[in-house]
Amino acid sequence: MIEVENLTKRYGETTVVDRVSFTVERGSIAVIVGTSGSGKSTLLRMINRLVEPTSGRVLIDGRDTRGDPAHLLRRRIGYVIQGYGLFPHRTVAQNIATVPRLLGWDARRIEARVRELLEVFSLDPASYADALPHQLSGGQQQRVGVARALAAEPAVLLMDEPFGALDPIIRTKAQDDLRGIQQRFGTTVLLVTHDMDEAFRLGDRVAVMSAGQLLQYDRPAALLTRPAAEFVSRMTGLADRALRLLSLVTAGEAALPGPSDGPAVAPTISLREALSELLWSGADSARVVDADGTVRGRLTVATILARGRP
Amino acid sequence: MPRAATVLRLAAFALLVSFLVAPQRFAPLFAPLTQYGAPPIYDQGNLLTLALAQLGTVCVAAAASSLVAVGLGILVTRPSGARFLPLSRTLVNIGQTFPPVAVLAVAVPLVGFGERPTLIALFAYGLLPIFENTLVGLRTVPPAVLEAASGMGMSARQRLLTVELPLAAPLILEGIRLSLVLNVGTATIGSTVAAKGLGEVIIAGLLSSNTAFILQGGLVTGLMAILLYDFLAALERRMLRHVTLD
Repeated sequence: MIEVENLTKRYGETTVVDRVSFTVERGSIAVIVGTSGSGKSTLLRMINRLVEPTSGRVLIDGRDTRGDPAHLLRRRIGYVIQGYGLFPHRTVAQNIATVPRLLGWDARRIEARVRELLEVFSLDPASYADALPHQLSGGQQQRVGVARALAAEPAVLLMDEPFGALDPIIRTKAQDDLRGIQQRFGTTVLLVTHDMDEAFRLGDRVAVMSAGQLLQYDRPAALLTRPAAEFVSRMTGLADRALRLLSLVTAGEAALPGPSDGPAVAPTISLREALSELLWSGADSARVVDADGTVRGRLTVATILARGRP
Repeated sequence: MPRAATVLRLAAFALLVSFLVAPQRFAPLFAPLTQYGAPPIYDQGNLLTLALAQLGTVCVAAAASSLVAVGLGILVTRPSGARFLPLSRTLVNIGQTFPPVAVLAVAVPLVGFGERPTLIALFAYGLLPIFENTLVGLRTVPPAVLEAASGMGMSARQRLLTVELPLAAPLILEGIRLSLVLNVGTATIGSTVAAKGLGEVIIAGLLSSNTAFILQGGLVTGLMAILLYDFLAALERRMLRHVTLD
């Protein structure tokens, strides 16, 4: 759990982050969105003290982050940045082993952990453990960056535009993978992005920042239905807010009992995708069917449309 | 092609060694360059000893320049040492622009004749390439790599030793190599202040108008510089197989 209390950063007369407070629940993903210069990266960097706050405090699992020297604190917090910053002179395995080695783990434990992470991130240890970063594709480098951040089993993972350098197809895959890995390890994730779609895709809660201030910190749907400021609606987009709302609900959640002779859809897809499927096929309803063939119910156009209203 | 280059280098090395070990065998080659029956091969000292003495002086000077120049380079790239950059640069530049002969002239009254003034001159002359290369090497470490190193929890010292210096190593070593090679040639002037070296042979040739002596001193020095350069380049490649920069 991350508790941020009245966190402020001033450089001379300029206030970059202005009395920001919020809490990220244990095992959830919070996303900070904002335009460039909104102070979102500075806010993130104050949590692992790469930037020292002017005032306010941060608690991680109840412990004040100022209790330890900054470099010792950072060994307990995973950190992923845009461009990843992999060490070009170290192999993939050595890169991943960075923090465990700093913490003085014994060699056997490090090797086992590196192997486990390579497998979790679908990088075959035989071909990738001894590869150098420049021999990897962009997507693989990104995965090594996240694996390295998670190596010492940190309770908290900070990510600054971690998908910014990936092409759209790989980015979507990497976002899904992050969700899976976050659930597997139960990590609390705080991610910074300027991309609203990414925030909606990943965030259990989304913080919208502008000019150093936190305008709203809420569930994605609430940002659409109850925006706290005009800037929030501008960021989320007014023109397609109904569709965005639909994209937050899955077919499985919205399905109602009843038969349907329409097309079959998976319960994991969003209502936005289900609606698109219905428009495309011209049917009035779809059958929601599990991967094992069990029918979960039906989705009518009316059911879907009702979900697109506040 | 690399094969041919290797053969050429080995041949040059064999030539150098055989000349230094048994110079008299080459007497017929140098004889046409002498007049009035003057000795064709330097006979006032052992060429091998002189060559090794010169090489030794150069290496000691290079070790000292490397220590100081790399140290300064590290200092001025730390946030706390940045204000020393202009001063360090000026000092190092003076070391390079002040002619080594003039350094000798200044140093002799202070430390006497022999190796010491030569070491001082070579030390000062060799600082610049190492210092500038260290600066470029440390400054071109990608910012994302530095940010990641700090973000992982490395202390400033750990970051310097395990990330910055290894990544800057190719450029630093190149600077040291440049400095060494420059100084193999420059070291001959040490003989004007009684340091042992091949300059002695050249000076003897100049004094007695013996072209053969001048040529011997010059050729051996030149060959040593070239071979040293190649040897160090090969050594660097071996050491840095793992540092691949894109």
